[in-house]
Amino acid sequence: MPYTNQAAALIHSVKAVGERLIAANPVELAVGNVVRRVLHIVREEDLSLTTAAMAGLNLSAESDDEDDTDRDNHPALSAAAIAAASRSTLRPPSLQTLLEDVPDSAAVPHTSSSGGDSEGKSKSADKSSRSRKLKHDVIEAVNELIQDISTCHELIAEQAVEHIHQNEVILTLGSSRTVLEFLCAAKEKKRSFRVFVAEGAPRYQGHLLAKELVTRGLQTTLITDSAVFAMISRVNMVIVGAHAVMANGGVIAPVGLNMVALAAQKHAVPFVVLAGSHKLCPLYPHHPEVLLNELRSPSELLDFGEFSDCLDFGSGIGAPLLHVVNPTFDYVPPKLVSLFITDTGGHNPSYMYRLIADYYSADDLVLERRTTSGN
Amino acid sequence: MFGIYLRPSWFGACFTQYALFFSLSFQIHGDFVLIRGDTVSNMSLTQALQEHKDRRKKDANAIMTMVVKQSKPSPITQQSRLGTDELFMAINPVTKQLLYYEDKAEYSKGFISLDKTLIADNPSVILHNDKQDCYIDICSQEVLSLFTDNFDYQHLRRHFVKGLLVDDIMGYKIFTHEIHSSYAARIDNFRSYDTISKDIIQRWTYPFVPDVLCGSSAIKVERQGTYRASDVTLSRSAQLGSFIFIGQGTKIGNDTKISHSVIGERCTIGSNVTIEGSYIWNNVTIEDGCQLRNAIVCDGVILKSGAVLQPGVILSFKVVVGQQFVVPAYSKVSLLQQPTQQDSDEELEYADSTSGTGELRSDKLNGDIAPDLSETASELGTGGVGYIWKVFEGAYDEEWRHSVAPIPTDKLVKLMLDRDEDEELLTQDGNVISASGELKTDSDGNGSEDDDNEDSRDDYVSFEKEVEATFLRAVHENVKVDLAVLEVNALRLSYNMASVDCGGAIFYSMMKLAVESPHNSASELHRNAADIVTTWQKLLKSFLHDIDEEIEVILKFEEMCLESAKDFAALFPQILHLLYDKEILQEDAILRWADEKEGADESDKVFLKRSEKFIQWLREAEEEEEEDE
Repeated sequence: MPYTNQAAALIHSVKAVGERLIAANPVELAVGNVVRRVLHIVREEDLSLTTAAMAGLNLSAESDDEDDTDRDNHPALSAAAIAAASRSTLRPPSLQTLLEDVPDSAAVPHTSSSGGDSEGKSKSADKSSRSRKLKHDVIEAVNELIQDISTCHELIAEQAVEHIHQNEVILTLGSSRTVLEFLCAAKEKKRSFRVFVAEGAPRYQGHLLAKELVTRGLQTTLITDSAVFAMISRVNMVIVGAHAVMANGGVIAPVGLNMVALAAQKHAVPFVVLAGSHKLCPLYPHHPEVLLNELRSPSELLDFGEFSDCLDFGSGIGAPLLHVVNPTFDYVPPKLVSLFITDTGGHNPSYMYRLIADYYSADDLVLERRTTSGN
Repeated sequence: MFGIYLRPSWFGACFTQYALFFSLSFQIHGDFVLIRGDTVSNMSLTQALQEHKDRRKKDANAIMTMVVKQSKPSPITQQSRLGTDELFMAINPVTKQLLYYEDKAEYSKGFISLDKTLIADNPSVILHNDKQDCYIDICSQEVLSLFTDNFDYQHLRRHFVKGLLVDDIMGYKIFTHEIHSSYAARIDNFRSYDTISKDIIQRWTYPFVPDVLCGSSAIKVERQGTYRASDVTLSRSAQLGSFIFIGQGTKIGNDTKISHSVIGERCTIGSNVTIEGSYIWNNVTIEDGCQLRNAIVCDGVILKSGAVLQPGVILSFKVVVGQQFVVPAYSKVSLLQQPTQQDSDEELEYADSTSGTGELRSDKLNGDIAPDLSETASELGTGGVGYIWKVFEGAYDEEWRHSVAPIPTDKLVKLMLDRDEDEELLTQDGNVISASGELKTDSDGNGSEDDDNEDSRDDYVSFEKEVEATFLRAVHENVKVDLAVLEVNALRLSYNMASVDCGGAIFYSMMKLAVESPHNSASELHRNAADIVTTWQKLLKSFLHDIDEEIEVILKFEEMCLESAKDFAALFPQILHLLYDKEILQEDAILRWADEKEGADESDKVFLKRSEKFIQWLREAEEEEEEDE
């Protein structure tokens, strides 16, 4: 599909790859998030280049005409050409964009001066240099994104001191690397506090977290998930990690956290969710593409051998009487969450939708490729 | 570690396992993992491999590691949940060595025999009947060379494993690796197809479940274990039950009820259809009003309106079932005609009606896809296309064991009652299990006798056949008696039989010949028998050396009269007299036989009673002789 615009072609290819990545594991929402971030980056870079180009045009309009040939990057273009250029960028055409461009183009009475060849050459040269600049900018921005993702734990952990105070009791469930670093950062800053760790059946990752915390020198108490409601009254704050944060502020978290959130709300304990910005998903939980849960193997709950006589389908009606369900995630509605701590700072759940506009473009929410060109 | 991936065409080309191993032995160096093409598993091989390698380093005789999994068999039907017979394995729990393996245990006997040395060499032995063989083996290179050396090892478990366990000379050992949270199973009959499909739907094989590794279309899991592809056309009134899978592009009509089934891609299912516990493959058309219960329907099948499939039906590719037709339970329907099987040696036809060969059509298999409709209109109703394969007479009872359909409750109840009866019988005899259920070892202490008994019975039957063939040839070609004796001796050596067996077999052949020669009355039969015995008495005598052997012959004759040559029943005493006259049987033999029979059941004494007079006469004659002396 021929695209006049380099950026549109790039976006099309990224969407194609992104679709396949998301289809491979729809439960892992972070994959879709990163794909959409990259698309947003491409669009943004392209937009900024176009606006720079047009700003450059203004300059050239005021300077000498004879210096055309030097100015490879900023050829003289007619108003129509400028309007066409702005249309071919990926900003949706709106009244605002058109009004923005008109005064610029009115100030440029120039027509392209030289003969066909040099104009052609300069146009193609402009295109190739512009695409090189686009490529360069996109690569830079993507590298920044990679950097952000890898340092999100540290950025979040830096804020630990503001939230954890002296002699506090913190409750967590399961094991999350962000939470571990958060707590250790507070420990480094000489806050003394205690941690209650709920074991997080059936994978019992709470055990691993408890071990880690002890090696770092933190006072830890290990409890079962069912004991959370009993212990919550003694807790000052609940701090947990998340699998994904939805656009409405709801959290997809490891199973059992909805129960913890409800317990925290009942006892007026703040429920704090730590999440890097790459976990923020622009979709709402009711979106059909979002898989809220993943059902894993029942062998984590039951020993197959011991229960194999309940699983004998060869007699009676052949229908299984014993069905074992092992969901991996829980959905925590936004009203149960008190605070989100991301790498950009602490936010209200109702504020999360604003961050989406910073990171994602509206066109990318649905990643299916359309057959129309350039859109 | 060497891995090799074999394309399915290898197995499809009818290679025996032996041939496969032989050709592989030139290419594989080092340990390898052997799995079958029909294995479903999500286990990680790392730990098993590591254990195998560590064991190899310590003991070079540890040549194979079998993967096993706990799976309790049903106490009523005595078969595992995968439809295979109960498997008995003796494993040393400390070293995990496999000491005993039996997959064809005889329930009628009620015991299994373990070798004494087994228990002597191993401080602890656990006998399991709740383990399932996953048929995943980690083998070392010796396995290949053993297979190539022993050319009669055809089957990996029946011959190789059992042979290795019995073999003391080389001292090779087989070990086991038990998996707990991983899943592994093999589909080798319809029952395991059903069970493993249900296990996959229940997600025991995670991550190998339809929604995670589905390929092109996105399949969503909904509550109660329902899997639905993204592109299904579902009528609003259709009722989808629990534990079903519906593939891409399928259309389902009004008021249709589907439960516990798997439906493939691009199927068209009409209205008012009931599908329960069935497996429907791709591109199937099911018209309105059909009912399917526990059936397997292959690609491209068309079920016309109102068709009913009873439990256990298998419809092969592209079959068409006519309107309103009821396919009987446990039948297999195919477009191809049922292949005929013939006995390998037609001249040696034993009167054995349950030999399991189905001689139904003498037509050869033809490759026609659409045979003549008029010929098959009666097979599958109006408009139906296909042949129903008849079930073999002997095998009908066992169809329900390995079928897709679950075993019906009335069958289970019947089995339970039978089993209780059997237990009573066994304990009455008093020679099998003690009340506490302990295992009794055989008096000889020979553990492999159990296996041998089965094999030896087969051997004996073939030996008998051979002897009979030899005898008949001798009769027809007028071979000299000495030569015949030589021939039978040679047979005896090659089959490793005792001479008493020869005697019995020859006698049997003689009597059979007598019965088969034309006779109109009992006296004629007697004359025939007399002729034969006279002609061939030397042959018989040369194999009957002592009294025990002669008694064996008498017992054999009894057996014959009861079962195969009933005509002789009336003539029993006369024949006995004849044999006595020809000095084939001594009077001591006959008298001892009579004495031993005194203690037996009434049913066994029938012939004894008939021979009362003769035996009486014998005793008097003996007394007379003694008096004379």
